[in-house]
Amino acid sequence: MLREIPSQTAGPYVHIGLLPSAAGIPFEPERDWGAMLGPGARGERIRIEGIVYDGTGSPVKDAVLELWQPDAAGRFPGRDPGADPAFKGFARVASDFATGLFAFETIKPGRVPTADGRLQAPHGTLLIFARGINIHLHTRIYFDDEAAANAEDPVLALVEQESRRRTLLARRGLRDGAVVYRFDVYLQGPNETVFFDA
Amino acid sequence: MENAPRAFRPRDRAWHPAAWFPDYKTSVYRSPRLPLVSLTATRSELTAPVFGHDLIRASDNDLLVNGRVDGDPIGPRIVLFGKVLDEEGRPVRNVLIELWQANAAGRYRHVNDSYLAPLDPNFWGVGRTLSEPDGSYRFRTIRPGPYPWRNRVNDWRPAHIHISLWGASLCQRLVSQIYFEGDPLLPLCPIYNSIPDPAARARLLAKLDMGESLPHDTLAWRFDIVLRGPRQTFFENKREGA
Repeated sequence: MLREIPSQTAGPYVHIGLLPSAAGIPFEPERDWGAMLGPGARGERIRIEGIVYDGTGSPVKDAVLELWQPDAAGRFPGRDPGADPAFKGFARVASDFATGLFAFETIKPGRVPTADGRLQAPHGTLLIFARGINIHLHTRIYFDDEAAANAEDPVLALVEQESRRRTLLARRGLRDGAVVYRFDVYLQGPNETVFFDA
Repeated sequence: MENAPRAFRPRDRAWHPAAWFPDYKTSVYRSPRLPLVSLTATRSELTAPVFGHDLIRASDNDLLVNGRVDGDPIGPRIVLFGKVLDEEGRPVRNVLIELWQANAAGRYRHVNDSYLAPLDPNFWGVGRTLSEPDGSYRFRTIRPGPYPWRNRVNDWRPAHIHISLWGASLCQRLVSQIYFEGDPLLPLCPIYNSIPDPAARARLLAKLDMGESLPHDTLAWRFDIVLRGPRQTFFENKREGA
């Protein structure tokens, strides 16, 4: 049996490889992996934004984040039959170099079953890469307006301390009539976000 | 449509660097302190984006060409090649491989890199490709230079190429760095040494391959990539209707 090669940090210049236009390289921006939505994607359009905070409470301004989520019916683009062809399901964004704010323009995901057939609450999977992060961090974004679904979600139930489950809930709000969810990530501290090993 | 296995061997976290490794100072305040929550992979983790050939151009794996303005980039010309395998030794195809690196002087083309070494007007240091049906991949580039970084007073990174891998499952996602066998800076590097097991560290060393080198043109370095492999599920209990 072979063994997986070990991880190393993505470092401060991760953008060159993963989001070349953010690094200032004149790579065609349309070939950056930023967009989740095609023009006709079905479902509720939402924005998810937030900041990754380090253990001193400072914004992490050099992170790259990846979101992978199903379409509005809970099907994964390119992997599940009948998935919405106008929806890509994947986007990669950078934290803003000045403020640390990141943002995804997407649609509210549908529910996905577990291996044993139970339904999970709507969620997306978020991966975080940055200088000082030796192996990427894996978390989930749930939605605070899905209380009933969240209450029966088998993965949220794995988090022993109920107070920690709240670190996985994006808070719904409105801005200029558009739905904006806030999802901050705390790498350390009293509000440390739940990270997964899958 | 390619689908990943139904289950993966657990990731051996002791084989990978610890999140908290104080010789690498930034990791001290960017490392979670609470245990990871273990979950059994669902479709959310067993699937992955499909990266189509439409987003890959022919020159994307040729870093000698893709940033060219009016000449060849400066530095030793190299081919970096190898195979993507899973833990069972089977080739993995259609893996998105993305590379980034400094130029021969150790300078990155990045708005945040202020090292005094010069930029190379003909070099971007970014590449991408998809692994072939037999798992093979190939890039052409220049050998990157070492460079100093702000950590301890006099820390230098060994020459390295960053690599990002997306297979058919999010469970296989991995970002790492490729080093060059024999580099005297390797034993001094806290990032390389954040990997606890010397056998694991050795897995990140590209090896000189004279057989693949082009005489009077380019040296070749071989680097084989192994991604997580499947766990056998023959005797797994399944619920009715699952």
